[in-house]
Amino acid sequence: MAKEDQWLDEEAGPVVRPYAVTRGRTRPTGEVIDLIALVTAVRGVEVDTVGLDPEHLALLRMCRLPASVADLAADLDLPLGVIQILLADLRARSLISVHHPTLPAQLPDPRILKEVADGLRRL
Amino acid sequence: MASGGSEAYGRGPGEAPVAIKILIAGGFGAGKTTLVSAVTEIRALRTEEPLSGLGAGMDSLDGVEQKTMTTVAMDFGRITIRDNLVIYLFGTPGQERFWFMWDELASGALGAVVLADTRRLADCFPSVDFFERRRLPFVVAVNCFEGARRYRPEDVRSALDLDPEVPVVLCDARQRSSARDVLIALIEHAHWRLQRARAAGTHA
Repeated sequence: MAKEDQWLDEEAGPVVRPYAVTRGRTRPTGEVIDLIALVTAVRGVEVDTVGLDPEHLALLRMCRLPASVADLAADLDLPLGVIQILLADLRARSLISVHHPTLPAQLPDPRILKEVADGLRRL
Repeated sequence: MASGGSEAYGRGPGEAPVAIKILIAGGFGAGKTTLVSAVTEIRALRTEEPLSGLGAGMDSLDGVEQKTMTTVAMDFGRITIRDNLVIYLFGTPGQERFWFMWDELASGALGAVVLADTRRLADCFPSVDFFERRRLPFVVAVNCFEGARRYRPEDVRSALDLDPEVPVVLCDARQRSSARDVLIALIEHAHWRLQRARAAGTHA
């Protein structure tokens, strides 16, 4: 192992090259898709697979029902940044819709948090 | 998997989904993974990050070739309260060199749990500092490890120099009910902060 790698520990996984999937791109095009954004495949469109990788197609299959970016990344076992780039590709082709869930500061009624607390108590 | 899949989320017609993002922070070994796995099925989320500032501004492929990227695994769990109402838990990487990830994680979060281990209390100073500066609601959960001397919450509050409004709770991160109560304490605290901010006409 090279000297500069020696400080890696169990919190740092293996050094890998997943950005081969993204052809070297490390930033998605357009607005970054949040970890908890919901992604849904657009129905009824014919998918032109030219230029799409198996990972793109896997993502399309996985978000036939709305799925969060975090869930997709965990299910496909690819780094989050890679998933965000692939999703941005699909969004650019209008193959998916991205829904950013309501965030706490924009909640129309903070009382929904009371519902969350009550729901947790029933766990 | 019990809490996996996406079936339960986002199907309610006409209702905007609400996602609650909660960060679980604290020093290495403070019990973050234990706490998340006590309340839900835990899944690994990988991120791919530059090891240091070396990667910034470099051509990305060069960066990969020179091994300036590394994989960081984060804990991720989901609790479905009902359709269109879901809690996401993210265990933040414990070491400071991974902090560049926290900005994205903290964006839009409801709040954070800072797990404290009284044997290494200083390990959670950086987390406390991060959330204080971002004005993100947080609670400090003192994980009561076996064999560790018990401290009163007030002692921990004083040692961490916390604002009086920050809840300090004792917990056993291995116990489902105890871990759940920590999350409830955070949600109630965030609720209180939101209500106070609304009353004052400002954002939290």
